[in-house]
Amino acid sequence: MPRTREQMAQRAAQELKDGSIVNLGIGIPTLVANYVPPGIEVMFHSENGLLGMGPYPFEGDEDPQVINAGKETVTIAPGGSVFDSAASFAMIRGGHVDLAILGGMEVSATGDLANWMVPGERVNGMGGAMDLVSGARRVVVLMSHANKKGEPKLLATCGLPLTGLGCVDRIITDYATVDVTPLGFKLVDVAEGHTVEEVRALTGAPLL
Amino acid sequence: MKKVYENATAALHDVRDGISLMSGGFGLCGNAENCIAELVRSGIRDLTVVSNNCGNAGKGLAALLQHRQVKKVIASFIGGNPDVQSQMLSGEIEVELNPQGTLAERIRAGGAGIGGFFTPTGVGTVVANGKEERIINGKRMILEAPLTADYAIIRARVGDPFGNLRFYKTARNFSPLMAMASRICVVEVEELVSLGDLGPDDIHLPGLYVQRLFVGKGYEDPIEKLTVRPREV
Repeated sequence: MPRTREQMAQRAAQELKDGSIVNLGIGIPTLVANYVPPGIEVMFHSENGLLGMGPYPFEGDEDPQVINAGKETVTIAPGGSVFDSAASFAMIRGGHVDLAILGGMEVSATGDLANWMVPGERVNGMGGAMDLVSGARRVVVLMSHANKKGEPKLLATCGLPLTGLGCVDRIITDYATVDVTPLGFKLVDVAEGHTVEEVRALTGAPLL
Repeated sequence: MKKVYENATAALHDVRDGISLMSGGFGLCGNAENCIAELVRSGIRDLTVVSNNCGNAGKGLAALLQHRQVKKVIASFIGGNPDVQSQMLSGEIEVELNPQGTLAERIRAGGAGIGGFFTPTGVGTVVANGKEERIINGKRMILEAPLTADYAIIRARVGDPFGNLRFYKTARNFSPLMAMASRICVVEVEELVSLGDLGPDDIHLPGLYVQRLFVGKGYEDPIEKLTVRPREV
């Protein structure tokens, strides 16, 4: 069985380093907060203007004016702070956010990321994704290895409109973990029950 | 120097067709609900709206779209906003999408008198089309222009008669920047206190950026995505 959404989030949580500032994107990346390893303390940054995002509120304690960038009701952890959008993106652009974990549609062997737009489909906008991938010190993409048609999402070059150029450090999928290196994609690990050959067959570019 | 107005109708008495308008809020969080309702009531048209999302789920600024009052939207994310998306597809409105940090910094620059700035955000993407590119400190960057507007409508938790403001938690988002970048900033405050009640260290936005304020009423504060955890027993 490929990794479930939860297992992907669990794998991604191993990327968290003690004392780091981490921004989680919408979707599976949000789940990473549920699996912070014991002994590791991180501050979650949310680009709408919150550093120190806590867990979801208890039922009945929700505050419509305390939300994350996914517009979900959240809480503010002890030591948390709030600020305006320019300050929030200064943190990102200025390299003060250690790690961004976000979703993806395509990643190229040179680390280009496409995750915001499919031509001909309804446009949602890039939100903070372009700022995050160009500004965060490390960028980890959390996505399925293949699209719904079974076609590879790890490619020699992206076909979809780009979010950022040469910005991705690591890709965690339902089948594997892959690093972007100067020589191209490099396999880091394979999901339990799967083989290197299987992962290679699902990858649209050479895999070291 | 009278900045305090009776209500939204009085504070927005001189808005006209074709104005540019910045509106604070992230989705439906921290919206100037009284001002938005007044703009709908006023029936002014051909607005250029600068807002992160321009409403959502049929609410907030989406009301201006539903009443066909908008000509152009400058935003960063319109997912979950069918009014913007459908009018964009039908060609009724022009939509300019900016990376969120670029949007925030363009507004800040507009308010701070900066003629533009170079940013790495968007290099190699459609955002860079037609923009000057330079290599600065070894990094490719593109030139982004400042953004200003005729009016801003924002909301704050507490204000005083000079327009000094305190915001509330994540309702702050773009609001102080928009106050800086607009010619006339109209603020609806939840509470109006006397001059001096807000201490100098407690003011998030100095009052010189605010031209008009009034006490807002009847907030709906819709929650877009209610996410909770069960109480521990």
